[in-house]
Amino acid sequence: MSNKFIGKSIKRVEDKRFITGHGRYTDDIVLPGMTYAYILRSPYAHANIKSIDTSEAAAMKGVVTIMTGEEVGHYGVPCGWQVNFKNGDIMKEPPHPLLVKDKVRHVGDAVALVVAESREIAQDAAEAIIVDYEVLPAVTDASKAVEAGAPQVHDSVPNNICFDWEIGNPKAEVDEAMASAAHITSLDFVNQRLSPNAMEPRSYIGHYDNVYDRYTLYTSTQNPHLIRLLMCAFVLGLPEHKVRVVGPDVGGGFGSKIYHYTEEALVTLAAKKTGRPVKWTETRSEAFLTDAHGRDHVTFAEMGFDTEGKIVGLRIKTFANLGAYLSTFSTAVPTYLHGTLLQGLYTTPKIHLDMTCVFTNTTAVDAYRGAGRPEATFLLERLIDLAALEMGIDPTELRLKNFIAPFDGVTQPGYQTNVALQYDSGNYHGVLARGLEMLGYEDFRKEQAEAAKTNKLLGVGFSTYIEACGIAPSAVVGSLGARAGLFEVGQVRVQPTGSVSVFTGAHSHGQGHETTFAQIVADRLGIPMENVEIHHGDTESVAFGMGTYGSRSLAVGGSAIVKSLDKIIEKGAKIAAHKLECSPDDIEFADGKFTVKGTDKSLTFGDIALTAYVPHVYPANLEPGLDFSSFYDPTNFTYPFGCHIAVVEVDKETGATKVKRFIAVDDVGNVINPMIVDGQIHGGLAQGIGQALLEGIEFDSTGQIINASYMDYAMPRADDFPMFELDRQVTPCPHNPLGVKGAGEAGCIGSTPAVVNAVVDALWSGGHKVKDVRMPMTPERVWTAMQS
Amino acid sequence: MPKISVTVNGTSYSHEVEGRLLLVHYLRDVLGLTGTHVGCDTSSCGACTIHLDGKSVKSCSLLAAQADGSSITTIEGLAPEGELHPLQVGFKEEHGLQCGFCTPGMIMCAADLLEHNSTPSEQEIREALEGNICRCTGYHNIVRAIQSASGQLETAAP
Amino acid sequence: MIPQAVDYKRAGSVSEAISLLAENPDAKILAGGHSLIPAMKLRLNSPSLLIDIARIAELRFITAGDGAVAIGAASTHNDIISNADIQSRFLAMVEAGELIGDTQVRNMGTLGGSIAHADPSADWPGVLLALNATVKVEGAGGTREIAAADFFTGFFSTALEEGEIVTEIHIPNPVAGANSSYQKFLQPASRFAIVGCAVAVVITDGVISEAKVAFNGVSGEGAFLDEAVSTALLGKAATLETIEAAVAGAAEGIDINEDHYASKVYRKHLAKVYAKRALVAACEL
Repeated sequence: MSNKFIGKSIKRVEDKRFITGHGRYTDDIVLPGMTYAYILRSPYAHANIKSIDTSEAAAMKGVVTIMTGEEVGHYGVPCGWQVNFKNGDIMKEPPHPLLVKDKVRHVGDAVALVVAESREIAQDAAEAIIVDYEVLPAVTDASKAVEAGAPQVHDSVPNNICFDWEIGNPKAEVDEAMASAAHITSLDFVNQRLSPNAMEPRSYIGHYDNVYDRYTLYTSTQNPHLIRLLMCAFVLGLPEHKVRVVGPDVGGGFGSKIYHYTEEALVTLAAKKTGRPVKWTETRSEAFLTDAHGRDHVTFAEMGFDTEGKIVGLRIKTFANLGAYLSTFSTAVPTYLHGTLLQGLYTTPKIHLDMTCVFTNTTAVDAYRGAGRPEATFLLERLIDLAALEMGIDPTELRLKNFIAPFDGVTQPGYQTNVALQYDSGNYHGVLARGLEMLGYEDFRKEQAEAAKTNKLLGVGFSTYIEACGIAPSAVVGSLGARAGLFEVGQVRVQPTGSVSVFTGAHSHGQGHETTFAQIVADRLGIPMENVEIHHGDTESVAFGMGTYGSRSLAVGGSAIVKSLDKIIEKGAKIAAHKLECSPDDIEFADGKFTVKGTDKSLTFGDIALTAYVPHVYPANLEPGLDFSSFYDPTNFTYPFGCHIAVVEVDKETGATKVKRFIAVDDVGNVINPMIVDGQIHGGLAQGIGQALLEGIEFDSTGQIINASYMDYAMPRADDFPMFELDRQVTPCPHNPLGVKGAGEAGCIGSTPAVVNAVVDALWSGGHKVKDVRMPMTPERVWTAMQS
Repeated sequence: MPKISVTVNGTSYSHEVEGRLLLVHYLRDVLGLTGTHVGCDTSSCGACTIHLDGKSVKSCSLLAAQADGSSITTIEGLAPEGELHPLQVGFKEEHGLQCGFCTPGMIMCAADLLEHNSTPSEQEIREALEGNICRCTGYHNIVRAIQSASGQLETAAP
Repeated sequence: MIPQAVDYKRAGSVSEAISLLAENPDAKILAGGHSLIPAMKLRLNSPSLLIDIARIAELRFITAGDGAVAIGAASTHNDIISNADIQSRFLAMVEAGELIGDTQVRNMGTLGGSIAHADPSADWPGVLLALNATVKVEGAGGTREIAAADFFTGFFSTALEEGEIVTEIHIPNPVAGANSSYQKFLQPASRFAIVGCAVAVVITDGVISEAKVAFNGVSGEGAFLDEAVSTALLGKAATLETIEAAVAGAAEGIDINEDHYASKVYRKHLAKVYAKRALVAACEL
């Protein structure tokens, strides 16, 4: 172990190829004889298909093949997480066919695949396909879809209810607690639907080698092994050892590239059928219609307080919109990733969530950065800031009254919540205190009072959040319905010359694993970073893996690598002991040297590596080679937390909101590369603030998305933000070897309610005592709130 | 089919192209310069930004034919082979990229800015990037990268 | 997204462009292409032939004359806002031009292309109305000069006849005491105007002696001059009170546009706010 790299802002080793234009994304890959696919999609949200006529298209020059639901409609993609109804019945799981043949269920539902010699011909031919639709009424709002007489998305799903579900204390106990409350703050709100918008559109290339009977799928995915497993075992019935899945450079994911999409299986089938590589790259317009969306909850929530301001109960009813079909993890998001976080940072004694998950004529909804945890945080942090306004208590004071006391999870036990989880370690007071110090809270309130006399109102909003990351302990998630284990794999192969190849099942699509993981390996082995290379994203080279999401790469994937490093060092010590003629117990390893304790007799890591592969004088009980693989299955989730503070200015004349300051104090446990962690926080903040102020998928009454392009869906731009003000507290995770908690989602989880709270605070300062401004808080919505 | 002659990153090319071929597809598919990316359909995201006769443009909203007779610079040609442009250095030093997809367009846009304004203010940088979308960085470190490239930041300690 | 098949011809001169257009009735004129090509990619527009006029030298100039500044139709937005004669005469043009699209769009998009397209939310039409511009067009039958107020005829429609192209825009030089401003409330995704207000005033001895107030984005019917506001300003002292009283009647009797970013009520409110802001800026209050 050396201390040269861990904790330092090492510049990223992967950057060179990206800044020079040599990143290799799926759409950059050209294979000999490649063909291009275009998918004809439904223009209607809900319609019966009366007929499909492909004859004209099929006759067009350059068309290689056309596939429809008639040919491949019996194949469908599965859901990876089973959730049961309250009464124990299994959730409704209607098929999600690769191409539909009977009825389209959302705008963008796939009807036909055209494969052609060029993408121009493919699109031209798709336009020549004639589909006769019988248009049906559509429903897009989850709370309306359950009403009697609502359009039925699937005949097999009565009232469009996939399942109902609850978590927390018995409902009667919560009702009793609420009845005893001195004050109840209630809020009717929508956590709106978002489009993930990774900048690289999804892209897939299917390839079939008929000599070796092998398939290769290049895919812009966050988890190639999971895609291979799902596609082989649950969709196409292909032998897994005959299928290679490669996730090359991937241009962002944010959850949207976790899932196994129908198009991955389609290009694979088309490649087998045509004998030629088939590339499909979606357009941005298609991405808006088909990349799994996020959020979309309709909620009524109440938080009860006693006369001292202590929370006595929390009662919630939510309808979660799943879209038209189940995506890979869609059922877990509103339930186990959301309901389990409703304790927040507070000692709330009684909590009950009643959740109904619903099908609608919309794009599938699944995990989007934060996945369930932003929704939980939004609910809690909106309620507590609003309660403070209503009760005339300072919002920071109200939090302090209700915070769970600090605990380190080592000498003090973890905190058992009322919603199933046990927090690992935390110091919630610390992050709030630091945030207030950075804000200059007292001065701010004076400034706010002055501003109230002008045309620009000022507001401050707080959000003190917790999340569950490091997904996830397999036994726990298995008992909750996950159809996979969520361990990770890390293999460390020391080459004879002492350089090191690391194979991780995590996948980097911007997170900088090639740097962070190399920092850990270089320090643990005492070697230069340039002697380490991190490999990821190819099922051929990486034994297995569960991929990157849920802020799990370092906590789970990094820990798997550490496990293998421990094995390397242990074996290295045995080799050293043999060479130095002592007991392995007498060998100590530091700074890249194996030394006989108390002597100057030592061998370098390079000596040991060479000896491992040139074992000319080896005892019988020592195997040659220095190559270990480990599976790491965490014992608990990790629980990052933090305090986010937004300062906003609201133009009284127009309702336009400007974020003046944004302060984030996050505790993500130990930090390997502060530069990269800060970068993750920055990006998360932009997405969270984007939800508050700019973003939101909107449907019309027929189920069309009215803002399915960058001309209508407001993506955050550089001039929407100030420089972010970041600081960090470190409470190590007690249960993984690196003490890390994960940083990928924190920014996105904490920031949204801080901004809404700030706007509401600004409005109250101007005398407009509104409870909520619906997100995105467009200028018109804020202006309208001020007219009341 | 129109015949076009262009100079791209200092090399002259002539091709017959379909009238509808977009410049970005010409660069990517015909010349194999895949550093220029396509991130949207509406001329909004800026991932396809290149320099056409010294000015930044969105190559997804031009036909290849429109570029006939022009000189083009893409991210691959921004700096001589084996060297880095100060902006490329700035993006690396200040962690101005994560997934890297928007990065070439960001750098090409910023290069145009610095041509006209060698020491832009933070606000001027943010405004200059209005036609380029990044989903990873929150723009914070992109702004810093451009400040760094324009000599306005102390070099961060490693 | 790929356009449908299309032929492409680059015109070497205005007369060549006009004869190509006459020979190919389904052809479209291509200048910067930043409205046309995105529409073709989405297959909302599929001409048979594109006639590229962007490189015709006689269409790309900015000349300050005694009576007016003449701007060639193929001048890009960036050509205009970086031109010293424009900067010293027409602040509204600079303010509007800087808010069109983004740097890359401003490097390609042209004044002529924008006004011929006549998007109701585009910025130039309002500015040309307020500045009392004249649009010079040319076709097989010769040239015509059309006042801006007559040129913009509605939703994506202009007084251009079939076979005609825009060649020049003339903007009368400002008189003593003249000033102008353009203020815009942006749609946050497209950055087109939800409300754009262009004003031109002449202030003589503290009194508003001439005033033109034009809006774009407000009405789906396109940019328009708001005569009521202009009239209410005339002969009054250039004060905040005058302005507030005048803008109270802004956008009355107009068919106001609405979309998911701005309802009719809100848009009308914004029209008053932005008229006030533009007038305050132009009156240097």
